[in-house]
Amino acid sequence: MLVGHQPKEFLLAVEALTVSFDGFKAVNDLSFYVEENEIRVIIGPNGAGKTTVLDLICGKTKATSGSIQFRGKELTRMKENEIVQAGVGRKFQTPSVYDDLTVFENLEISYPRGRTVFGALTFQRDAAVRQRVEEVAEMIFLKDKLDMYADLLSHGQKQWLEIGMLLIQDPDLLMLDEPVAGMSVSERAKTAELLNRIIKDRSVLVIEHDMKFVEDIAHKVTVLHQGQILSEGTMEHVKNDPKVIEVYLGH
Amino acid sequence: MIINSRFFDRSELIGFIALALLLFIILPLTLDIFRLNLVAKYLTYAFVAIGLVLCWGYGGILSLGQGVFFGLGGYCMAMYLKLEASSVANTKIQSTPGIPDFMDWNQITELPMFWKPFHSFPLTLLAIILVPGIFAFIIGAAMFKRRVGGVYFAIITQAIAAILTILIVGQQGYTGGINGITDLRTLHGWDIRTDHAKFILYFVEVLLLFGCIVVAQFIRLTKLGRILVAMREKEDRVRFSGYSVANFKIFAFCVAAVFAAIGGALFTLEVGFMSPSFVGIVPSIEMVIYTAVGGRMSIFGAVWGSLLVNFAKTSLSESFPQLWLFGLGALFIAVVLLFPGGLSGIWQDYVQPRIDRLISSRKPKSGNGWADKSVADSAPAE
Amino acid sequence: MFGDYSLGDLGAIFAMQGFAGLILFSVYVLMALGLAIIFGQMGVINMAHGEFMILGAYVTWMTSNAFQQYLPSLFPGYFFVAMILAFIASGALGMLVEWGLIRHLYKRPLDTLLATWGLSLILQQAYRSIFGAREVGVDLPEWMMGSWQATDTIQIPINGMFVMALTILITIAVSYVLFWSRWGRQVRAVVQNRVMAGAVGINTEKVDRYTFGLGCGIAGVAGSAFTMIGSTGPTAGQLYIVDTFLVVVFGGAASLFGTIASAFTISQTQSTLEFFLSGSMAKVITLLAIVAILMMRPQGLFALKVRK
Repeated sequence: MLVGHQPKEFLLAVEALTVSFDGFKAVNDLSFYVEENEIRVIIGPNGAGKTTVLDLICGKTKATSGSIQFRGKELTRMKENEIVQAGVGRKFQTPSVYDDLTVFENLEISYPRGRTVFGALTFQRDAAVRQRVEEVAEMIFLKDKLDMYADLLSHGQKQWLEIGMLLIQDPDLLMLDEPVAGMSVSERAKTAELLNRIIKDRSVLVIEHDMKFVEDIAHKVTVLHQGQILSEGTMEHVKNDPKVIEVYLGH
Repeated sequence: MIINSRFFDRSELIGFIALALLLFIILPLTLDIFRLNLVAKYLTYAFVAIGLVLCWGYGGILSLGQGVFFGLGGYCMAMYLKLEASSVANTKIQSTPGIPDFMDWNQITELPMFWKPFHSFPLTLLAIILVPGIFAFIIGAAMFKRRVGGVYFAIITQAIAAILTILIVGQQGYTGGINGITDLRTLHGWDIRTDHAKFILYFVEVLLLFGCIVVAQFIRLTKLGRILVAMREKEDRVRFSGYSVANFKIFAFCVAAVFAAIGGALFTLEVGFMSPSFVGIVPSIEMVIYTAVGGRMSIFGAVWGSLLVNFAKTSLSESFPQLWLFGLGALFIAVVLLFPGGLSGIWQDYVQPRIDRLISSRKPKSGNGWADKSVADSAPAE
Repeated sequence: MFGDYSLGDLGAIFAMQGFAGLILFSVYVLMALGLAIIFGQMGVINMAHGEFMILGAYVTWMTSNAFQQYLPSLFPGYFFVAMILAFIASGALGMLVEWGLIRHLYKRPLDTLLATWGLSLILQQAYRSIFGAREVGVDLPEWMMGSWQATDTIQIPINGMFVMALTILITIAVSYVLFWSRWGRQVRAVVQNRVMAGAVGINTEKVDRYTFGLGCGIAGVAGSAFTMIGSTGPTAGQLYIVDTFLVVVFGGAASLFGTIASAFTISQTQSTLEFFLSGSMAKVITLLAIVAILMMRPQGLFALKVRK
């Protein structure tokens, strides 16, 4: 394990994190650490608390106890928008884009400028904004759809758009919740390519069920079970861990 | 300021010009002063409706308490006018001259503290904006910071409207009670009851209305307008894009409140009195229906909705008082069930395409119409 | 302020004030039960709820007239017949409204609010056209008049006690239907997961319709009970609607126990305040307190913390 390291070396240090819903501990005394430029995949059976962990980090759910340090800042005490501004980006499980806005406008809203009320009133769509939006649109394969309303996009395109909305924020830690779920085979391949390109220069925390996909991208895998860590290490290590085999293959 | 697009697109420009022609030229030339004053009264609700377009149509925040702000603005103006009408010379038969008549009837012998600033006209104008604005800010901050939204917000604002009405009616020594503040005469020495004054007031009001339209359109076109739409659809996505959602909701709610207050103040001037019957639950929800009928996403629709529903109300209740409530009820249901886009939605979906086809054979715009899209409501409070 | 009363008088005043609070409590529970089902379980904001109550009141009034005219010998028992008729009439109208209006709007809660407000206007005008604008009151049978002399100074009106007993009965019946019957389980299944409930063979459309009908039917019974303690007019329903919603929301929308507890809290606060202040100020302060508490605790007083 990682005992003995100083927490400040890590980008993200989760320690003794616990959250309980009416006595049910969805996440129980959980600790893990993510390094700079690391790609960490969280796997685990349904109800293991994977999404709850992401919810806790991005502030959607408040922790009952424990700490989440991001670049030395204590996230459990910050508001959601402050956590985003500190450099944490979160993609939701179901594609979460603004159907009544165009692709351009969807991306523009995520552009990290003019985030106060006054800032939004005086925000100008200048050359820098246009250039960045077009750049990201190209990466997410939507360059020729900038003027299209988002509700006309396919499911996969919406997933890409949301990833693009995170990219434009340029977060240091990117959290993705099942980014390839519900995608066709070709969309899946394109998404893997996209993810491989965008994970440079940042740390990524991914929840995914698709083992092939996990094997392709993960530096390190954390297996959650009933709110606790069952196993952690390389994919190879995790795959051969008898505890993991027990949980996944049953009794 | 606006560099990404023109301030009004083509159909909005047509709407703007049509409305300006109607309000500035056609109506003043064709209506007698009594009818013109009625139009002025209807238009005071258009201020409320424009605010609701921003707050409800764009932001998804349904307030059922806009009557509160309309009333606060109206009462601020009425208090000033009442004090002017209650000069010592005018009220020398009272046991305490110099205070409003209803206070005298209620054995109050001294002007209450909160009435005193309304001796001054500038302070009154300030109060018309600030009192409702600050009140809205407090309500908004308390509710939105705690993520109270949707249905819960609607019910609580409705309760606030009920509370204010009961309070005004109950404290008649300070507020004039159920009758309201009546017998208003002059504004800064200028008699507002004459035909000439009504004519001038009408134009002042229409100018202010266009001012509000331009402000609303400006807000709509900034990034803030798009954030409101985004928030209505996916509040969490906006929050996790780094915005404080509550602040944007508070802003929209305050703007709507201030617009409503301006409308209320003008109402007092046009009609010559203010009473709790314009504050409570029923008027508040009627204001929402003006917006819904006009089209909750359309600023011009809000004006048309206020004019047409009120016109229908007056003419129907003059000739068939029985039918009016049936008509209004059916209108609510029909708009919600069949035309959630209101008049402007019907225009966009059915009339505009035909006009476009007649004029030219330009390619149709991408589907932004109401017909193929369900109305997005904000989710109930968490 | 208590100087003019003796200790015994004060005790009697507080006891009677407390009883007045209990009657108000019964009224709130009756009003809120139906709404707790419709709003709490189905998430539908029924602004016409008050009008469904008034329908029950008018049905009771008509029944009482009919008995007086045609069956004077059975008049002492007319109320029980009237209550059942009120339930059927309001419930049937409720199911009709669900079919014609509500079912199209399940995904647009705020729009239900506007549409049912429209419905309430239509119903109000219908009552006015049919029954006249004046308030009507029913004649109470002999046994319900007068009061029970608990002590020398404490008098408790019998009709008030009757309404309270009725409230308890109806509450027990509703809890039974909702929590222990097969149908109640279906309702809760549909509320929690509509798609899944449909998949396991529950006719969700039917459940919706009957749930809404039940809520409206209970409103009708509530209206029927009100005729025992007050008169009825076409717009009386509108007076109750905000109070009723606040009771339900304050209790935590999905909890029946919460609704009852909040009805108790609100009614006792209001009737106690009424002793010290004017009626309107008591009301204002009670409502303000509710709004303030709701701002601090939007999920209501008795809601469970749930994972979302």
